[in-house]
Amino acid sequence: MYEFEFARPASVAEAVKALSEEDAQALGGGQTLIPTLKQRLAMPSTLVSLSGIDEMKGIHSEGGQLVIGGAMTHADVAEGAEAYPALAALAGQIGDPAVRNRGTLGGSIANNDPAACYPAAVLGSGATIVTSAREIAADDYFQGMFTTALEEGEIVTAVKFPQPEVANYQKFLQPASRFALVGVFVARFADGVRVAVTGASEEGVFRWGAAEAALATDFSADAISGLTVEADGMIGDIHGTKAYRAHLVGVMTKRAVAAAS
Amino acid sequence: MPKDIDAKESGIGAASKRREDIRFLSGTGNYTDDINVNGQAYVHFLRSDVAHGRITSLDTAAAAGMPGVLRVFTGADFEAVGGLPCGWQVTDRFGEVMQEPAHPVLAQGKVRHVGDPIAAVVAATAEQARDAAEAIELDIEDLPAVVDMKAALAEDAPKVHDDLTSNLCYDWGFVEENKEAVAKAFDEAAHVTTLELVNNRLVANPMEPRVAVGDFNRATGESTLYTTSQNPHVIRLLMGAFVLGIPEHKLRVVAPDVGGGFGSKIFHYAEEAFCTFAAKALNRAVKWTSSRSEAFMSDAHGRDHVTKIELALDADNNFTALRTDTHANMGAYLSTFAPSVPTWLHGTLMAGNYKTPLIYVNVKAVFTNTVPVDAYRGAGRPEATYQLERVIDKAARELNVDPIALRRQNFITEFPYATPVAVEYDTGDYVATMDKLEEIADIKGFDGRRTESEKAGKLRGLGVNCYIEACGIAPSNLVGQLGARAGLYESATVRVNATGGIVVMTGSHSHGQGHETSFPQVISEMIGIPEDMVEIEHGDTANTPMGMGTYGSRSLAVGGSAMVKATEKIINKAKKIAAHLMEASDADVELKDGQFSIAGTDKSVAWGDVTLAAYVPHNYPLEEIEPGLEETAFYDPANFTYPAGAYACEVEVDPDTGKVTIERFAAADDFGNVVNPMIVDGQVHGGLGQGIGQALLEGCVYDEDGQLLSASFMDYAMPRADDVPFYQVDHSCQTPCTHNPLGVKGCGEAGAIGSPPAVVNAVVDALRSAGKDVTHIDMPLTPARVWAAMQS
Repeated sequence: MYEFEFARPASVAEAVKALSEEDAQALGGGQTLIPTLKQRLAMPSTLVSLSGIDEMKGIHSEGGQLVIGGAMTHADVAEGAEAYPALAALAGQIGDPAVRNRGTLGGSIANNDPAACYPAAVLGSGATIVTSAREIAADDYFQGMFTTALEEGEIVTAVKFPQPEVANYQKFLQPASRFALVGVFVARFADGVRVAVTGASEEGVFRWGAAEAALATDFSADAISGLTVEADGMIGDIHGTKAYRAHLVGVMTKRAVAAAS
Repeated sequence: MPKDIDAKESGIGAASKRREDIRFLSGTGNYTDDINVNGQAYVHFLRSDVAHGRITSLDTAAAAGMPGVLRVFTGADFEAVGGLPCGWQVTDRFGEVMQEPAHPVLAQGKVRHVGDPIAAVVAATAEQARDAAEAIELDIEDLPAVVDMKAALAEDAPKVHDDLTSNLCYDWGFVEENKEAVAKAFDEAAHVTTLELVNNRLVANPMEPRVAVGDFNRATGESTLYTTSQNPHVIRLLMGAFVLGIPEHKLRVVAPDVGGGFGSKIFHYAEEAFCTFAAKALNRAVKWTSSRSEAFMSDAHGRDHVTKIELALDADNNFTALRTDTHANMGAYLSTFAPSVPTWLHGTLMAGNYKTPLIYVNVKAVFTNTVPVDAYRGAGRPEATYQLERVIDKAARELNVDPIALRRQNFITEFPYATPVAVEYDTGDYVATMDKLEEIADIKGFDGRRTESEKAGKLRGLGVNCYIEACGIAPSNLVGQLGARAGLYESATVRVNATGGIVVMTGSHSHGQGHETSFPQVISEMIGIPEDMVEIEHGDTANTPMGMGTYGSRSLAVGGSAMVKATEKIINKAKKIAAHLMEASDADVELKDGQFSIAGTDKSVAWGDVTLAAYVPHNYPLEEIEPGLEETAFYDPANFTYPAGAYACEVEVDPDTGKVTIERFAAADDFGNVVNPMIVDGQVHGGLGQGIGQALLEGCVYDEDGQLLSASFMDYAMPRADDVPFYQVDHSCQTPCTHNPLGVKGCGEAGAIGSPPAVVNAVVDALRSAGKDVTHIDMPLTPARVWAAMQS
């Protein structure tokens, strides 16, 4: 690592102020940032830890939505989001215990790794991202690999999850990292179905519209049997070709529907 | 667990608990990185980030002026110093010696693989060294890289080494005189099965990365190197004599607790020579601790063979001839024992467990712009076993015969057996191990289990194979003729203390094998004293006799035999002392349960009485024998040992995703006599884990520019606990080795040698059960590869 200053503000307002310094960098659970720093691939002037901000913690229901603080760890969510079992199960499958005890919801979706699990849940639930400045609909928030609607210095303070009738997340593991080679989150609401896919696309997490339409009229695995996603635009690497990932999107979606039904 | 696990409470055959695990598991081990010398400085290596290039400028002035920097070294500092030596010279099939390029400690003029060290910054702290390394001004003119072996042999291929005639290290034929006869046998064969396959490149990844601490004592002129090595005496000889010009009596090499090696810590590495050299130059200890990222691009890799194998059979399905054509990747330089792996550790094993009368093996060793490749758990023998056992399975399918029956039909059944590839198996019983395998694997129950899997929507496959390995590489006079530049004996000094306790100083080295537990079991058995009266010391050239270290499953067979020889000398001398004390003839003295007695009398003296007399020789035959009780023996084996066995793997394949799950794995091994069955079980388990890792998960991948794509655990998949099943292992089939005093054969590599073909055979079987016309899939059998094979 290069040298940096360290700040641990107690409020969102203090954190925003600290992040206004040149080259200041927010630190959530550090599960991506710390390895990056160790490899000297980033050189922030100040690390602003978000772990000491009480208003970014907690899980509560509000207006039919489950509101989860941005600083909540994956382990917190796995244990505390019993009102949304599919989400709790997803959080409980991220990484390993060490990762789940450090990594945070806010950190994950601010980073928007194309193979991360949380973006699938947030987009698949049609959640709302609450930031230090505004509220952003999930459909507007994810803008491509490692790219979000967040402005410089803007902090994810919470996420509001609508609670579907049924939902499920299916992850096919990349053998080495155990990130999602393909992960699919399916959620059925009274007014429709959302299908969000992570791990597969060069554009990061995306909604599979054709599957959503088919499932809206018939929420069964058979309903999407004839559907495929284009291999073009999928990620191809040493762990799987574009065609393989496109194929897995179908398989994992069917499994998620079957498990959610 | 096998039945013999609780057969004895101590001595040979007892499942004594591993005493060293107390410190390993409680964080109190003493690893090289735990060693810190007063005033030590730290080195950071600037490494090449391109696979092939010419250094056009290298300016270290700015770096030298950075805070804490003591000195920046470059290749120019090592011009008067030797390069890293290669310990084995292979002669090719035309009688010419191999092409052997220079291997500088720091790059001189050119870089030849990603990770090749260019400069080294020594500073007061590790972070200062790293900071300064970033201030080095380096320009490299990129040159086209050669990565693919066959492309590297093309006429117009870029040359890894400008001073060599080509990228071909050697073209080895074995047995060259058989070539025509083999060709004739193929012409006359009733059936020929051909298979092309890749033995995937692996990264050893021991849990402990490499570390080196060089120290220099200005008062005595002695250099000391603390290093993560499997063979400190070999490092002392290679580095002292061939690189730095330090005589052994001025150089001490210490390899303390070592956290796994798997072969990768046999070799002499540039960082070891650098730290020793720099410590003397700076008169200050210099430490290097590899990061995991550096390990991926500087530890020697393993395997990386591309092979075409052909098996000829007669009309009765007897094997009549075998022919192979292999390209073996050497990487950019010759690592210490690299040339021996695809030749003498590979070609000599191509007979396997079968009486194939004619065999011809051709191996082209090739230089590429990749990390050097050298021995990795099994070293040549896994490559031989994999291709042989895969081609036999394919032949069985083509001939529509049971693959187990085809193997049984061709088994060697009479011993000793001289193979057509120059080695002689002393003992074995391949029928017995296959019988045992069929029992513990419940082969009969497979069809029922397949039906159950199919009901659950899964494909189930069974893969069976045999293996043979050659352990305890020897004897020295033979390996010398084959090109080894080292002897392959082992040594032990047995020091008996006055009150009867024993310290054994062995040339073997334990980096996880449990020698501190199993070696005392042997002495306990021989003398009849408790195991805890015996301690094992190893790893320090200052207090162990010259020995060759641990690799090739040689420690007990060779090192243990040296210890037995030395202990026999101890017992002979102790009997003379006992005879004197009992006023009897030493020919009448018997030793049992730690008591010396005279048959037919009630005279006896205890072990401790005799050892005390040896050091307090008041009543002692001083005119006949010297005081003291300490003996050294060197043991040079008459032959290799030949462990063998049969393995069975059952897999389920998810037809939707291609994911393979290992449901059952059974291993029936013949290791000869077993000293500690629990440790043997552990060695087999570990080997199976690595073999399954190779078969399903691990693959070291370069792109066409020579960039390492699998450069971290994010992309290089190591097996985890939930990737492997509970194993059924058995080593009750025991045909003792005939030429070492313990009758032992070695067990460290068997699992890694025998398991990859079992896994691949099983997956192919599973896919064929679904009507897929799949004959082979190259390792690792990732879900993506299996799925792709199912689509074709």
